[in-house]
Amino acid sequence: MLLNEVEQPGLGERDQVSRSYWAISFHRLLRKKIGVACLSIIVVMYGAGILAPVVTPYDYNDQNLSIAKQGPSITHPFGTDRLGRDQMTRIIYGLRTTVIITIVTLVTGSLAIGITMGLLAGYFGKYIDTLIMRVGEVTSAFPEIFLVLIIISTVKAPVTKWVREIEDVVNFDIVSLGVVDYLVLSMALTIFSWFGMARLVRGQVLQVRENQYVEAARSIGATTPRILFRHVLPNVMGPVIVTVSAGLAAVAGSEILLSFLGIGIQPPTPSLGLMIFENGSISVLRSNPHLLLFPVLTLSVLLFTFNLLGDAVNDAFNPRAR
Amino acid sequence: MGTYIAKRLLWLPIILLIVSFITFALGRFGPGDPVEVLMGQYADEKVVERIREQRGFNDPIFIQYGRYLSNVVRGDFGESFKYRGRTVSELLKKKMWVSAQLNFAALFLSVSIGIPLGLFAALRQGTFWDTGTVAMTLLGQSIPVFLTAPVVLLVFALKLDILPTHGWGGFFDTRIILPAVVMGVPGIAIITRLTRASTLEVIGQDYIRTARAKGLSEFVVQRRHVLRNAMIPVITMLGFSLAGIAFTSFIVERFFGIPGIGNLFIESIFSRDFPIINAVIIIGTTMFVIANLLVDMLYPWLDPRIRLGGEYAS
Repeated sequence: MLLNEVEQPGLGERDQVSRSYWAISFHRLLRKKIGVACLSIIVVMYGAGILAPVVTPYDYNDQNLSIAKQGPSITHPFGTDRLGRDQMTRIIYGLRTTVIITIVTLVTGSLAIGITMGLLAGYFGKYIDTLIMRVGEVTSAFPEIFLVLIIISTVKAPVTKWVREIEDVVNFDIVSLGVVDYLVLSMALTIFSWFGMARLVRGQVLQVRENQYVEAARSIGATTPRILFRHVLPNVMGPVIVTVSAGLAAVAGSEILLSFLGIGIQPPTPSLGLMIFENGSISVLRSNPHLLLFPVLTLSVLLFTFNLLGDAVNDAFNPRAR
Repeated sequence: MGTYIAKRLLWLPIILLIVSFITFALGRFGPGDPVEVLMGQYADEKVVERIREQRGFNDPIFIQYGRYLSNVVRGDFGESFKYRGRTVSELLKKKMWVSAQLNFAALFLSVSIGIPLGLFAALRQGTFWDTGTVAMTLLGQSIPVFLTAPVVLLVFALKLDILPTHGWGGFFDTRIILPAVVMGVPGIAIITRLTRASTLEVIGQDYIRTARAKGLSEFVVQRRHVLRNAMIPVITMLGFSLAGIAFTSFIVERFFGIPGIGNLFIESIFSRDFPIINAVIIIGTTMFVIANLLVDMLYPWLDPRIRLGGEYAS
């Protein structure tokens, strides 16, 4: 039996082994009650956000001044805002904004740019390493929130103009979808979010690179991209997952802060930060507290589950924490 | 150690050059011509052109930038576009002093509550007190300022009506209490958690047992042996939390109507008041870099085993 297993170390078996690492980690996550609870809450919130037009009973811009500022009721579970728009609908659309920003920023920033830069820096070393790490260190030495604010506020107008020109060609209204806001915001956040991931991957690669299987792959003539993505990357994915799940809350928080300050998402596109800003005054709290409390509670639940999930994922996926 | 600090200090001007050039260039190429901002929409074109010439906006950008830099080095950040006739330095000094007081109050709260609380929980590991503290900190860390600010306002100002909600009266005014508490909550939570974790690690060390074995009083053991060694990660966090404080002060200043630097910065962005924006960014970056450097310099003092500059500094 044992001999049989040893004698067939085919490619299929290695795949099985690498898959079983994921299976083990994921299984470990599912065994934790907190992990499951967080995952389900996030799936529900993200699902609602993505399917916003289907799930919501109203449109986020349906105004009806005769029912403005009503408290929670059966037809409007979270009440209505000062223009008579359904709060729940607007919150779900606000979640859609959060979903888009977190996914786009993490995929482009941390996953695409961060991992690639980290792999390059760690695997090639020398001047490529120095260049990437120095650039990253300089970006991480900035107080990022100031620069994100200023980049967004200056870059948005030219980008909008540029998109309008495209609109003339394709004859389709892109700007009113809020795409420009999403794009500019994600870009600005990406500039400052890639380096943490790059540094992590670089450190991991420095360890993994010295392993014999990398040397073996090189000796049979595997190309560098193949070695990087097929042999090195799968072995550094654990910490990567942990970092991504820990970064979710930060990215979501940044978007909400920027929109709160009036620089991120622009009305009429709904955003939780924007709703909090519109209603974030003492007079609203005194007369219609539900206008402020529902968006704020949604946001708190979201950030709280992100943080808990980050911890749970860390316990499950981090090889050192076992 | 000396060369390490020198190296780090040499990075400061380079970083400042890059940051200031980026903001300067964004200001010149971004939307909103500075002179049009200055003169308003219906200005006479000839006048606009004359002012452009006078102020040197027609020169190449590198010359403008060089001129700006040489002024900044002499401490002159120029004149605000929006508040005409007032220098940026004069405006900033007042606002920064307000923000600095508020931030100091918040930092003071987080350190003076967080460290004892963390120590308290760690020394009672596994008991009800410990679990309770950990649960509270988890909550405090995850609840955004967006929630605490309105809830605190609602409870203390509107329902109980015991504390004022709006405005600013200096460090020794009751109006500082609510914003400082709101800003301090995440800090308290983070510092408590960190202190607890690192204390637990230190408590298990041999030198603590040795200290107890040689008959030192519990107070001396806890203060000199446990706390001092447990402070290292906490101090690192303090450096990082400076950025977090900048982050929350934007929100808190808005909610509580405090005339601080956060509000000024946002206002300047909306009115394209680039002299102010540039100045805030340059000063902010300098403070950020120096704070991180100070944190680095504290390590060897806390733990003589740490030697700076030996390894890749990250």
